[in-house]
Amino acid sequence: MTAPVSWQPHKYLPMTAEERDEMLRAIGCSTVEDLLADIPVQVRLRRALNLPPDLAEADLLAHLRQMADRNGHADRLICFLGGGAYDHWIPSAVWHLAGRAEFYTAYTPYQAEVMQGELQAAYEYQSMLCELTAMEVANASMYDGASAVGEAAVMARDLTKRNAVVVSTAVHPQYREVLRTYTRHLGIRIVEVPYQAGLATPERVAAAVGEQTAAVIVQSPNVFGCIEQGRALAQIAHEAGALLIVAVAEPISLGLLEPPGAYGADIVAGEGQPLGNHLNFGGPYLGMLATREAFVRRMPGRLVGATTDREGRRGFVLTLQTREQHIRREKATSNICTNEALNALAAGIYMAALGRTGMRRVAEVNARRAHYAKQRLCAIPGIRPAFDAPTFNEFVLHLPVAPGDLNARLVEYGFLGGLALGRWYPDLADGWLVCVTEARTRAQIDALADVVAQVVRAS
Amino acid sequence: MRMDNVPLIFEYSVPGRVAVALSDPGVPEVPLEAIVGAEHLRREPAALPEVSEPDLVRHYTRLSQRNYAVDVGFYPLGSCTMKYNPKVNEDAARLPGFARLHPNAPRELAQGALQLLWELDRMFCEISGMDRVTFQPAAGAHGELTALMMIRAYHEDRGEQRTRVIVPDSAHGTNPASAAMCGYTVVTVPSDARGNIDRAALRRAADGSVAALMLTNPNTLGLFEEHVVEVAEIIHGCGALMYLDGANFNAVLGITRPGDQGFDVMHLNVHKTFSTPHGGGGPGAGPVALKQMLEPYLPTPTVERDGDGFRLDDERPKTIGRVRAFVGNFGVLVRAYAYLRTFGPLLRQTSEAAVLNANYLLQRLRPYFDLPYDRTCMHEFVLSGRRQKTQYGVRTLDIAKRLLDYGYHAPTIYFPLIVDEAIMIEPTETESRQTLDAFADALIRIAEECETDPETVRTAPHRTVVTRLDEVAAARNPNLRWRPPTKAGVTR
Repeated sequence: MTAPVSWQPHKYLPMTAEERDEMLRAIGCSTVEDLLADIPVQVRLRRALNLPPDLAEADLLAHLRQMADRNGHADRLICFLGGGAYDHWIPSAVWHLAGRAEFYTAYTPYQAEVMQGELQAAYEYQSMLCELTAMEVANASMYDGASAVGEAAVMARDLTKRNAVVVSTAVHPQYREVLRTYTRHLGIRIVEVPYQAGLATPERVAAAVGEQTAAVIVQSPNVFGCIEQGRALAQIAHEAGALLIVAVAEPISLGLLEPPGAYGADIVAGEGQPLGNHLNFGGPYLGMLATREAFVRRMPGRLVGATTDREGRRGFVLTLQTREQHIRREKATSNICTNEALNALAAGIYMAALGRTGMRRVAEVNARRAHYAKQRLCAIPGIRPAFDAPTFNEFVLHLPVAPGDLNARLVEYGFLGGLALGRWYPDLADGWLVCVTEARTRAQIDALADVVAQVVRAS
Repeated sequence: MRMDNVPLIFEYSVPGRVAVALSDPGVPEVPLEAIVGAEHLRREPAALPEVSEPDLVRHYTRLSQRNYAVDVGFYPLGSCTMKYNPKVNEDAARLPGFARLHPNAPRELAQGALQLLWELDRMFCEISGMDRVTFQPAAGAHGELTALMMIRAYHEDRGEQRTRVIVPDSAHGTNPASAAMCGYTVVTVPSDARGNIDRAALRRAADGSVAALMLTNPNTLGLFEEHVVEVAEIIHGCGALMYLDGANFNAVLGITRPGDQGFDVMHLNVHKTFSTPHGGGGPGAGPVALKQMLEPYLPTPTVERDGDGFRLDDERPKTIGRVRAFVGNFGVLVRAYAYLRTFGPLLRQTSEAAVLNANYLLQRLRPYFDLPYDRTCMHEFVLSGRRQKTQYGVRTLDIAKRLLDYGYHAPTIYFPLIVDEAIMIEPTETESRQTLDAFADALIRIAEECETDPETVRTAPHRTVVTRLDEVAAARNPNLRWRPPTKAGVTR
């Protein structure tokens, strides 16, 4: 009745038509239809799926390459774009290792004895993330930076039994949107504190916190690239009995900047993409989540712990699972199940590759080249920095031309320009968020500055 | 599998070693204090490992050799659809035009990516019988949450404050957890003797306070809900919506469509049904497909056709908002697109083979284990190790561990919760008859061992790199990270 397509050999399907018939006979059936008898006839699809025809491998790749080539990617255009995703150099070893099929074709390590590789790598990732952020514990990953911030807010509510969250508008707008989505139905009130001179100022934050504040959320470096006054903000939060959640969208900064754990952060939530993960048009990335040891039982997501086997050998397991949905169901700390394990693996390999000195060094190159670029661009008549606060590898400029128009011109010269901030911040309609990582050379920066000067002069 | 212990990466560390070469800044030297501010400078470098590139490569290669994966062997993990992950899909996702595309690139520079998503939307709609797709959710549970939020927005938009979500007792744990995150009270409804949702109990629970039913179909027993049409009538009859947990969609591609069964919204586990690798726990992608009446509430951004081109739309007044940054797990979706384009309408054959493989394996194992719901299964089936437990004192956990000794990954165990000593087996369509026979032989031998040599099964595994691990100690005294030695050489 409903088998309009006959049995065809396919490279992913070992079963031949003969084997199909033998197997059907073995179970006492004559056709596959017999196996589908429980499906009510009125809901069966009585036609072939209307899908584009199948492609041979060579044709498929040619088709995909054609689509991919229509994109202005970072190998084609010199990238000065950031705003939550960063074009860093990824050492070749990272994806040669993370790309090993023993890692990427494995499932969640539920059978620990045959998954020691993944489990140990996750334990090492957790350890390295703790070192980088100066926090006590980290989980094995969340979806991305934005959802990690949303989950951190829920965690703070559970820990403090308070129901308001104070968030700076200098936190990435998409993070704030996700924060609103995640908290909307949980009775958590969001109080936004407008940025001032590019920062979450202690005065404004202090004015916004109160008895019901579960957490203060800031991002550092923030969406404008400015480095927040973490210590003062932590003090304000703690004096009000609230937690300080620090969102980190650019973890490379922590090679050079004081880590959140050192200035009193209670939860670090952020984006791990810059640690060895590709831009991927926005995903897959990985959410980072780290906190104090005392808070670990309210933490969402998977945690890997060290233990021993019957012979006393060190081994690793998923642990504290009574927090999780498959045990606690509606009482779990979160509904998260699948995470971003492979991206966390890559982040771990990246941090190990960079190591103690390399992480500092790469951060320093980011800061120095970005600083140089800021000076070059600000030397162009009509361009000035939007804020005075110190920055890491991103900064905002006021432009005398429309940022979108400038970007369109830059593409003609082979550049992917900075982010036109007006869409996110109407008060910064002339704001241009420029990102300069270690992947940009001085020659590229000079070339950008020359073209920008030319475009601005001509306008 | 390598038997020797692998030290932690930190334990190889030798001060001064590096695994990367970074170029000099090459710009005029300015004191770092002047750039980032003295008060913001990190005082102590992060205590990351110091290893050379060969150390690094050998370490992670050795770790990989201590992992079981689909490319290594049979992985019959029920409810997880551990099918083969095609290699060309990996090549597709790594094309620089996709992997190196910045998510903030203006739309005219992302037309290829947006076109791919648009066409994937069309294909997912055809397969599911739905009208629109959002690509925001990063995983199945994320999709559940997104869908429930849209359902809530739908009811609220109609001026209705519904407070409860119905979930059958066989449901995945994510279902009630997602409902709770959306502010709903969970009502659990039992299953009937044939493994279907109990319609009498459903009728009692279904009233004007119910926002939705979350159903998995085929359900987690691997059985098709025979009365799905009536169930939809009951749910729609009280003004609630039908949500499908798409975890088991691999059973019915091209055979029946959720949209035609009466479901209003569903998530797709791209990392199950559409062959994208599980990555050791992620990344996945959990796009949500939905009927037209839920379209106003789609999370932003949506992918829209705009003349000859495509654009992202984030100006949607009734949207539930974002559930993550940027558009979604694009790299995973590229792989799904590549997968669908290697099948076309032949996709139906994957489900037919998956169902036949499962029934064939069930037929071989049926004499040796209890089968609590004796029906023709779909793409997976659930046995019970009750006989082995009561007669020989061997638990299902022991049987699972013994399978590791035979070179297989274990099935899902102790789920669904409604089956005592559950053993949930999903072979998928990408396994050959020879593999199924060899696996059946191994499991039958273990069933015999339960009788003749139960101690060997109870103490399994014996041939793995570690023996059974002390999970109680791990939870009681959590050791969640390496700590650097203090200056005196003692761990702090």
